[in-house]
Amino acid sequence: MMHDFYQTGWWAVIWSIIKILIVVVPLLLGVAYLTLAERKVIGYMQVRLGPNRVGFRGSLQPIADALKLMFKEVIIPSSANRFLFLAAPVLAFVPALLVWAAVPFGPDVAISNMNAGLLYVLAIAGLGVYGIIVAGWASNSKYAFLGAMRAAAQLVAYEIAMGFALVGVLMLAQTLNLSKIVEAQAGGGFWSWYWLPLFPFFLVYFISGVAETNRAPFDVAEGESEIVAGFHVEYSGMAFALFFLAEYANMIFVSLLTTVLFLGGWYAPINTPLLTWIPGLVWLLLKTAFLLYVFLWIRATFPRYRYDQIMRLGWKVFIPVTIAWIVVVGIALETPMRAILR
Amino acid sequence: MIITTVLFYLFSAILLGSATAVITARNPVYASLFLVLAFFNAAALFILLGAEFLGLILILVYVGAVMVLFLFVVMMLDINLTRLKEGFLSYLPLGLAIAILGVLELAVVFWTSPLGHIPAPGPIPANADNTRALGVLLYTHYLYPFEIAAVILLVAIIAAIALTLRRRQGTKTQSIDAQMAVRAKDRISLVNLRGPEQ
Repeated sequence: MMHDFYQTGWWAVIWSIIKILIVVVPLLLGVAYLTLAERKVIGYMQVRLGPNRVGFRGSLQPIADALKLMFKEVIIPSSANRFLFLAAPVLAFVPALLVWAAVPFGPDVAISNMNAGLLYVLAIAGLGVYGIIVAGWASNSKYAFLGAMRAAAQLVAYEIAMGFALVGVLMLAQTLNLSKIVEAQAGGGFWSWYWLPLFPFFLVYFISGVAETNRAPFDVAEGESEIVAGFHVEYSGMAFALFFLAEYANMIFVSLLTTVLFLGGWYAPINTPLLTWIPGLVWLLLKTAFLLYVFLWIRATFPRYRYDQIMRLGWKVFIPVTIAWIVVVGIALETPMRAILR
Repeated sequence: MIITTVLFYLFSAILLGSATAVITARNPVYASLFLVLAFFNAAALFILLGAEFLGLILILVYVGAVMVLFLFVVMMLDINLTRLKEGFLSYLPLGLAIAILGVLELAVVFWTSPLGHIPAPGPIPANADNTRALGVLLYTHYLYPFEIAAVILLVAIIAAIALTLRRRQGTKTQSIDAQMAVRAKDRISLVNLRGPEQ
């Protein structure tokens, strides 16, 4: 009876809430400090100092930004659709948090270690675009609307390539469970991670991740040099901040998922006692941090893609490449190479 | 399980409510957003039944892709509501007749065929993987119907593209191949501007 109580009673609800808080609070802190890291990293890359006024070398800048945004007025344009205008930031932010339910932080350590985890994250990650589309339409502004249209077309294009890239992972791991996908990459250090046999998928997935999060060089939905600020041009205060929280949470999520799918999750890169002694969570976060750095590095390096070039890259380059590599992996799995790949 | 029963009625109520709102909402954007909500709750019902694959695919395909394109189109339409409402009454009898016919046919099917008398499925084993089960079934027992359906869809895609593809003359579309083939020496010639030695 005691067992039943723990499984189904109020305790299960409370325990779920505790687990959610354990994930979400560090996530939001991570988002706050990712904004600082971005400004610092890009600052140094452009031979500037970046923010250095608030706290020690600008270390309290995110807190100052958050306070400022909280106390600013949320202005609702007079001809905007009031309900959808206010609902849009929530629609963008909620999926960005929902995806974390399936993310594994260690062997079987997740809010919900679900069987169809890979499918779940792919399905939920695609919902964030509603926030952007609805924001663009409800603002009743040309710039916002153009941004929303661009975001919608871009998301649909890259989601297909992303899905195909995940099919490759699925073929090797033979499971949709994210935790088991990482465990399938255990063994010989970084040579047994999936980035090697699935190298085209690794690249396509990460680049599609950059495109799906609307980050430079694929940030035409914002495109400040052409359409002011795109979909969030009419937003201010906390409503504006929610879009940014969602974008940065999605960045962390894409980096973490790339780590889980292609870079061996919580496994050490080389199987020596010294490295395997370091806890898996540290490895997971280190790899995620590296990919986040790549996000910022890309932004500081490349000019924005032209819109038709983005569409061409998504439809005419990534999708054929992924389909071809699915065939390659499929054939390889029917040959003696199967023993090496699996 | 009282919680799942409560959730079932909650999701069903929202599903029916939003489905009704899809056809009653005046604003087409609201209508398509209500359709998204309806899909979402249908997916929740699937997951409640233990069919997580169907539920997630419903969200992935319909909510994540199809409805995004729907919204994309609907938002760009400039719909005149008064013109849409013209002839509402004259079409009403025909519409009602078709609706009643549909309901009657469904009722007949459910009453007479074994479809209405399928026994409730037994309890689902704790870690049943219905994605794998569905995949095995689709690619073994139902391989031919599955592949034929896929080919029919492919034909439909190609047909839609072939019907709408117009190659207009005189457009200034860039030729990507020509752009990629360009080398620096084709575009830049470095000229030594230094004058005679001083």
